[in-house]
Amino acid sequence: MLRYTVRRLGQLVIVAVVLSILLFGWLRALPGGPVSALLGERATEESRAQLVEQLGLNQPLYVQYWKFVQRAVTGDFGVSTGVQPGTPAMEVFLQRMPATLELSVLALLLAVAVGVPLGYFAGRRQGGWLDNLSITWSLIGVAVPVFFLAFLLKYVFAIELGALPASGRQEVSINATHATGFYTLDGMLTGEWDAAWDAFLHLLLPAVALSTIPFAVIFRITRASVLDVLEEDFVRTARSKGLSARVLRGRHILRNAMLPVVTTIGLQTGALLSGAVLTEQVFNITGIGQALSLGFQRQDYAVLQVVILATAMVYVLVNLVVDLTYAAIDPRLRER
Amino acid sequence: MVPGTQRGKRIDELAESGSDGSAGISLAASAWRRLRRSPTFLVGAGIIVAFVLLALVSPLLAQHDPALRLLEDQVSRADNSIPAPQEDFPLGGDQYGRPLLSRLLLGSQQTLLVALTATVLGLGGGLTLGILAGAFGGWVDTVVMRVVDVLLSVPSLLLAVSIGALFQQQSRFTVIIAVATVQIPIFGRLLRGTMLAQRASDHVLAARALGVKQRSVVFRHMLPNALGPVVVQATLMLAVAIIDAAALSFLGLGAADTSTPEWGQMLGSAQNFFDTHPHLAFWPAGCIIVVALGFTLVGESLRDALDPKKRR
Repeated sequence: MLRYTVRRLGQLVIVAVVLSILLFGWLRALPGGPVSALLGERATEESRAQLVEQLGLNQPLYVQYWKFVQRAVTGDFGVSTGVQPGTPAMEVFLQRMPATLELSVLALLLAVAVGVPLGYFAGRRQGGWLDNLSITWSLIGVAVPVFFLAFLLKYVFAIELGALPASGRQEVSINATHATGFYTLDGMLTGEWDAAWDAFLHLLLPAVALSTIPFAVIFRITRASVLDVLEEDFVRTARSKGLSARVLRGRHILRNAMLPVVTTIGLQTGALLSGAVLTEQVFNITGIGQALSLGFQRQDYAVLQVVILATAMVYVLVNLVVDLTYAAIDPRLRER
Repeated sequence: MVPGTQRGKRIDELAESGSDGSAGISLAASAWRRLRRSPTFLVGAGIIVAFVLLALVSPLLAQHDPALRLLEDQVSRADNSIPAPQEDFPLGGDQYGRPLLSRLLLGSQQTLLVALTATVLGLGGGLTLGILAGAFGGWVDTVVMRVVDVLLSVPSLLLAVSIGALFQQQSRFTVIIAVATVQIPIFGRLLRGTMLAQRASDHVLAARALGVKQRSVVFRHMLPNALGPVVVQATLMLAVAIIDAAALSFLGLGAADTSTPEWGQMLGSAQNFFDTHPHLAFWPAGCIIVVALGFTLVGESLRDALDPKKRR
């Protein structure tokens, strides 16, 4: 187990190094660059050269990369040039991260809370009306572009019905204290319950839009997994032993069927982050998704680097934890 | 999961050939037998066939030049500059006053073309990586799989957006490359898994023992047997490609507005008019959803048909 863990951690480091090199080269290959982004197209040659000097862009690439690594390990990713000019990129990331995290976690909770039970019951009654209905729902869900669904929800529930807020993270009129940056949590911590509730309402529509794809995937995996487990010998044995339906459900079926589901939930982090870029755009939420699309438009290397590296690391870490949990449960997996 | 599936397939085949005494029914024939009876497949295939036909005849159906501006001649500028439906123009015009129905019809061609090209490119790249890793193993496998790991560790849309941003001008070509890049690691990892399972299988060991050349072992004995899941994935990827291309357009990284319309781009550029003229988004979105659904249905039913556990 220890060897397996060390090997997987080694892989994580390799991914981080390779990704940072790729990212570094790739961002510098982008057209434009921070100099034009900062100064505009009509800047004088002199001010241009000065800025290039100041940003260290005139040094050879490997020198720039090495300096980048040296600073990055201390958490210094340079200063934002386009998204929030003048602010350290790390700070931009940290300021925006809670919004995306809040949104993603709520979306994932929704997907799990609906997908797992639905998948379980659909699997138990294969071919029943609930099964057919949820399969149809999940198939359509995957075929709908996330941003269109977001638009649709916003149009129906926010604009036409006026039931929920259409954009942002919180009403401006609510003068809430922000201690952690997680607006829902902030409200609860400071006892400003109306602020927390308002922040939660703002999250609802985007979270529902964001949850469709993870929901569909989690539902299908749970269902398939329940069907697999139902055919296993040990379930038949347990049944013939005369175990009560409750023990059979809880201990034998659900528990064994959940293993692949846990893996899938890990893999869905990537889908959530991709979806967040689109939903944040539609609902005008200042999260890292929005920072990314802005970063690309304005060629903000510093912000792009920290955001892409951090999201990739989160993704790899989540999957590492999932794999380790899995290996702890099933020793066969450690061999390879 | 993959090795088990492959093993199950072979045992199944053995069992079949043993039971009826004949040479056995090939996997493809048995899959087709079940596909024909699957309503999922029939609906999905029906949708795809209908849209492919539509795309082929759309130049005949579209009554107007997609770049025609209704505003100048037929319609007054009074109504917020977006022409309402009228006799010759059943869906009215888009935000530039161009005929929506004709653009929608002609858009089917570009949309299918973008999805198909991107998936073929993604499949090609993925096959190359998968064959390299799966056939040779060892350090080749390690290197290829680390590259795949890195590509997979970046969320798909971010990867597409970054690739898209690399190109100076926004064009359909950029979108295709970006969408294909997202697919390469997915196909690569999938094929590697099935190839590795083949490497350890009895028929490949037998071929090796008989002294069959390496190239022949890889391309004639391993690859054909490893392709099943890849075909399923490719069908599903066509749906993903359509949606991803639309997402890129939405983020402003799609093709710049051209005279040849495409649904993703129509949907992307309709976003600013969503509050006032939602129909501009509904039509292309509806088309995208239906076609993506068609590919998804076919992919899912193919997967079921090829699933050895369900073979009878």
